[in-house]
This record gives sequence, structure tokens and C-alpha cells, in this order.
Amino acid sequence: MSHALHIEESPTTGDDTITNYTINFGPQHPAAHGVLRMVMELDGEIIERVDPHVGLLHRGTEKLIEHKTYLQALPYFDRLDYCSPMCMEHSYVLAIEKLLNIEVPIRAQYLRVLFAELTRIKNHLLNIGAHVMDVGAMTPNLWLFELREDCMNFYERASGARMHAAWFRPGGVHQDVTEKLLVDIGEWLDTRMPELFGDAMSLVTGNRIFKQRNVDIAVVSKADALAWGFSGPMIRAAGIPWDLRKSQPYDVYDRMEFDIPVGTNSDCYDRFMVRVNEIYESKKIIKQCLAQMPQGPVASTDQKVVPPKRAEMKQSMEALIHHFKLYTEGFHVPAGEVYVATESPKGEFGVYLVSDGSNKPYRCKIRPTAFSHLQAMDFMCKGHMLPDATAILGAIDVVFGECDR
Amino acid sequence: MAILHSAPRFTHIEGLEATLSDAMGDALIAAHDEHGELIFHVRREGIAAVLRMLRDEHEYQQLMEIAGVDYPGREERFEVVYMLLSVTRNNRIMLKVRASEDTPVPTATQIWPNAGWLEREVFDMFGVLFDGNTDLRRILTDYGFEGHPFRKDFPLTGYVELRYSEDEKRVVYEPVQLAQDLRQFDFLSPWEGADYTLPGDEKATTPPVAEPKVTEKTQDTGAGAKTDAKADDKVSNGSPAEKDSGDDRTPPPEPTEDRPDREPREGKTVDTAPATRPDKDAE
Repeated sequence: MSHALHIEESPTTGDDTITNYTINFGPQHPAAHGVLRMVMELDGEIIERVDPHVGLLHRGTEKLIEHKTYLQALPYFDRLDYCSPMCMEHSYVLAIEKLLNIEVPIRAQYLRVLFAELTRIKNHLLNIGAHVMDVGAMTPNLWLFELREDCMNFYERASGARMHAAWFRPGGVHQDVTEKLLVDIGEWLDTRMPELFGDAMSLVTGNRIFKQRNVDIAVVSKADALAWGFSGPMIRAAGIPWDLRKSQPYDVYDRMEFDIPVGTNSDCYDRFMVRVNEIYESKKIIKQCLAQMPQGPVASTDQKVVPPKRAEMKQSMEALIHHFKLYTEGFHVPAGEVYVATESPKGEFGVYLVSDGSNKPYRCKIRPTAFSHLQAMDFMCKGHMLPDATAILGAIDVVFGECDR
Repeated sequence: MAILHSAPRFTHIEGLEATLSDAMGDALIAAHDEHGELIFHVRREGIAAVLRMLRDEHEYQQLMEIAGVDYPGREERFEVVYMLLSVTRNNRIMLKVRASEDTPVPTATQIWPNAGWLEREVFDMFGVLFDGNTDLRRILTDYGFEGHPFRKDFPLTGYVELRYSEDEKRVVYEPVQLAQDLRQFDFLSPWEGADYTLPGDEKATTPPVAEPKVTEKTQDTGAGAKTDAKADDKVSNGSPAEKDSGDDRTPPPEPTEDRPDREPREGKTVDTAPATRPDKDAE
């Protein structure tokens, strides 16, 4: 049998030094979720070191905001995390309202929560689809995009825009929605959404290949998750039931009943499943909003902040003056500084707003969720195989509009 | 002041300001409450110790954000703001230190690993140095970028723009050139306080002269005695056209190289009126 044991000798056998080699992952890589460049040091196919280079989509949003009035700066937020635009606006309008200390009508608060949750569904649908596709499955992504399209249509019917809505405004929302839209959203949540989403998930959640690619990949302990500043599904997957909607409620989240899904193993599969379950929780919240939402105004009655209605302007001189002043000079915000963080679909999205009492923000620092998560790429990837990097990145849910600002 | 807004509400801990102020001791400069958020001004040298103390003894487990702010009027122009979060006590606080371009802030990377990128960002955008951060590279701006763009004295347009050069087959940097001015509307006070002058505005402030200037006499023009003396002379004896040459025909143009002289026509060429008259029989 000795002839069968012949081992072909590799030309490098006997060399003592096998050097690691370095590759560029991205910035033009379909699994990089945008423009991420990762300089990877590999030992064979094992990742030794990852150095993510971000900032390729840096547009200087914070500087631009300093040169705009408070209202003009709002659309920049849609363009941060363009997968969940309204949740970006949410932090910003709440920060302004906190500095102004103005009351938002209850219907507007319900509408904001409703659309923030619709946005969460929309965001998770994209991330779940992309994550699944990163590890090799095509079909669920296509199905989920169909649902995402429905969400965009709801966006369009509420705000007129499919993505960059600019619908949340300081003091409320821009305009009321029709009764029919609310009915349609409720119907969609009962029929089409669970059907299609359930179908797509039935292909994935129990799938052996999907599990092989995700279970026990990038396990992060609770202590590490805290130390690295994780938030959102990333920290919940680590088993910490931390959700700003629950612990630091804003708008009418304190009236909502919902559960916080947490992971047990803190791997990529848990992060994925947390998002899947959050979609069902968001559905619960939207149903409650639809059931409880009262009639009434959708924006504050403070005429110094919220512009008047068109019809009013035709009759009232004062309304006309207010309109003119608000769209030229804008409103003034009392001097002060606040840090307001909300639970965006990707985690804690914060706005540190410094006002000097004028009509423009003195400084508007945006806390992106991806910054902390991406920074931990090195520590999460170490020792994993090269193809695991795409799964880890997919489970982080990173969008570079927000990360690079 | 009653709270009317619906921004996130975290747990208010009674006496927290005093407790933390005592714990910080000498490192603390001032503390105040702003919209329910506690802000502590801390001495720059003491920030690392304070952060460690807050994490280890006061349950602020997470560093969520480090923000830079630029106040060019101040002696130490930069503020570095740390946002801490306690997930167990459900509370947020902010800490501030001041720094200038050449006074480094002690790093927090020993306490929280995610401080690394946050400090890199503040360094990149404002040029604040962090003492002890071993990886203080630029993070958001381009490779080889110069300057710190979020400083208030950095122009919004920047100094360079880039394009792909077909000649050099690479991206090239050029000084920024705007086809039209960046739209900067100063709407702060449309009615009053505008400090620019439109052309002609200066007339409103120029005092009126005692004697208005007139030119009724030749001397008033101020052209000098010599000119004044000649001022009354008639310049010409009338235009040449007034003299009759006797020949009412327009002479043909002078021959040129392109058009040599032709034989003169017979008869009076000026008499062309019948040629332009419509033909009555043609109808």
C-alpha cells in the first residue's frame, strides 16, 4: 500500500517563512455594501488583520448643515442612511424640538412612530435580503425587494417622494395622510407582507447552508459589545435587551406594546434573526398606531416654527408674513446644546446639536451607527475565513451614506 | 420649565450632578444641566481618569460619541465633547474638554476601544491631537488631504477640486473654481443691519457742495486761458457739401485691383426711373 501514501511535495515545503499577503476588499466590491475599502492581511484564507478605510462617501454633511437654516438642513438627513430616511429625520427634528421645547400634536407623534416603524421594516427587508445574497442565496432578496417597493409606495403616498421624504418636520409632519393610505398599510401588514416575508424566510432561517455560513461567526461577548459601543440589533444579538424605543421612549413609543428580540449566541445568525423578529414587532407597533391614532392637527400650532397652510395664507395677512419669514429667514432656535439619540433600524442614531440662538445650527454632529460597528470589524474578523467577512459585514448592516456623512 | 417636547426621555437620577461633581473633584471646572442633560466641563489633563472613573464606578459602560466643536474666538478654540451612556441606569451625560491646536487631549482608547476612530475623526476634522492614540490617521477625508475641514475658518467649498484627466489618465487635483458663486443667502435680518452698499448708496452720505457747478461762461469749463481765448473762434466755414460741383452725376468708384476700370457708359446713367416702373402691359 506504500505507493498510495505518496505525498506530492509542494515547492514551498521546507521554507521557514511563509509571508502573509495583503488584499484590498473593495472599494468596488459587491459585498462591501457601498464604498468600503478593507485592507486585509491574510494567512492563506484566514484573516489576520482588517483595516477598514472609510470616508469614500464623505460629503461634509455636517459642514453643509452649518450653512443652512434648520429647515433647509432637514433633507440632508434623508441622504445619510438612504435605506431608512425617516428614522434619520426623526433624531434631528426631536433635537430641534427639544431645544425649542415645543409640543407636537398627538396625531403627528403617532404618524411619526408609524412611519418610523414602516421605515424599520423597509430597512430590515433590504438588509436581510442583502445579507442572504452575500452568503449565496438569490431568491429571497428578489422577493424582499418587492415588499420594499410596497413600502416605498407608502412613502410616496405620504410625502410625495419614494426615498428622500423630508416628511418629518420640526413641530410635526409635513402633511396629513389620507384615510385610504392608513387602511392600505393595515391591509398590507395583514396579507401581503407576512405572506411574502414568511415565504422568503422559510427559505432561509432553517437553511443548512445559510446556517453554516452564519452560526458561530463573529461571536461578540456582552462585555465587548458594550466596550465597542454597539447599539441596535448588534447589541441585542449579544443578549443585552437594550432598545431606546423602550428605555428612552420618544414620541408615543411609551404607549406601544412590543417585545425586544434578543440573541443568545451573539453571532451573525442571531443578528439576522433579531432583525427578522423586529419586523414582526414593528408590524405590531404599526397596528397599534393605526388602532389608536386620533384625528387632529399634524403639526404644532406654533406659528413661529410651523408654516401656515396655503388656504390660510390667502385670507390672513399674518399667515402670509409668517410664511415669508419662515421660508426666508427661518426660525430661530434658543442657544443651547442637546444630544438626542433615537433607535434607528441600525442602532443608536444621535444628533448633537449646538445652537447659538441664530437661524442656523452652530454645529450639528451626527453619530452614525456604523462607525462603532465597522471599527470592530478587525476584532470580529480575526481568525475567520475570508468568505466570512462578507457575512459579518452583511450582519452589521452598514450604509455608507450614514457612516461617511 | 414644563417639558413640552417629545424627545427621548431617560431616567432622571436625583442628585446625580452633585454625586458626579464630587467624584470628579479637582478635575471638574463646572457642571450644569441643560434641557435635562448634565454637562460637565473637565480639565483636559484629567479627562482620561474621569472617564475611567465614570466607567468603573458609575456604570457608564458605553462611549457613544466624541464630537468636536470649533469656537474660533476662544483662546483654546476647540471643544471635545464625550457622550456617555449607562445601559444599567438608563442615563446619559456629556463631558467637555477644551483644547487648542498644540495642546493634545489625553486619549480614551485605553478605556474604550471604539474611541480610536472617534478621536481620529475629531483629529481629521478639527486638528485636535490626542495624546496616546497610536493610530491618529485621517479617517473621512481623502488620502493626502490637507487642512481640517470642519474648522469655522475653512471655506465650505474647500481649496481643491478633482476630476479625471483624460490626458494624464488619472484623477488630478486643481484649485477650486466655481462657475457661479456658492449660494449663500444671509436671511438673518432682511430688513435691517445689512452692512453692504449698493452702487449709488454712497451718494446718500456725501455732503452737498456750497456752489453747484455750472458752465455758462467759457471760463467756467476750466480748460485754461489759451483754450478760452480760442473758444469764440469759428472752427469751419461750413461743411464741404454746401459747395456745388456742378456735376449732378455720382462719379463711379475708383478702380481697384479686383475691379479694373470699365468703359464709361453712354448716355445719362442716372436716368433709371423708367426701368423700375412696373410694366403696365404685363398684367
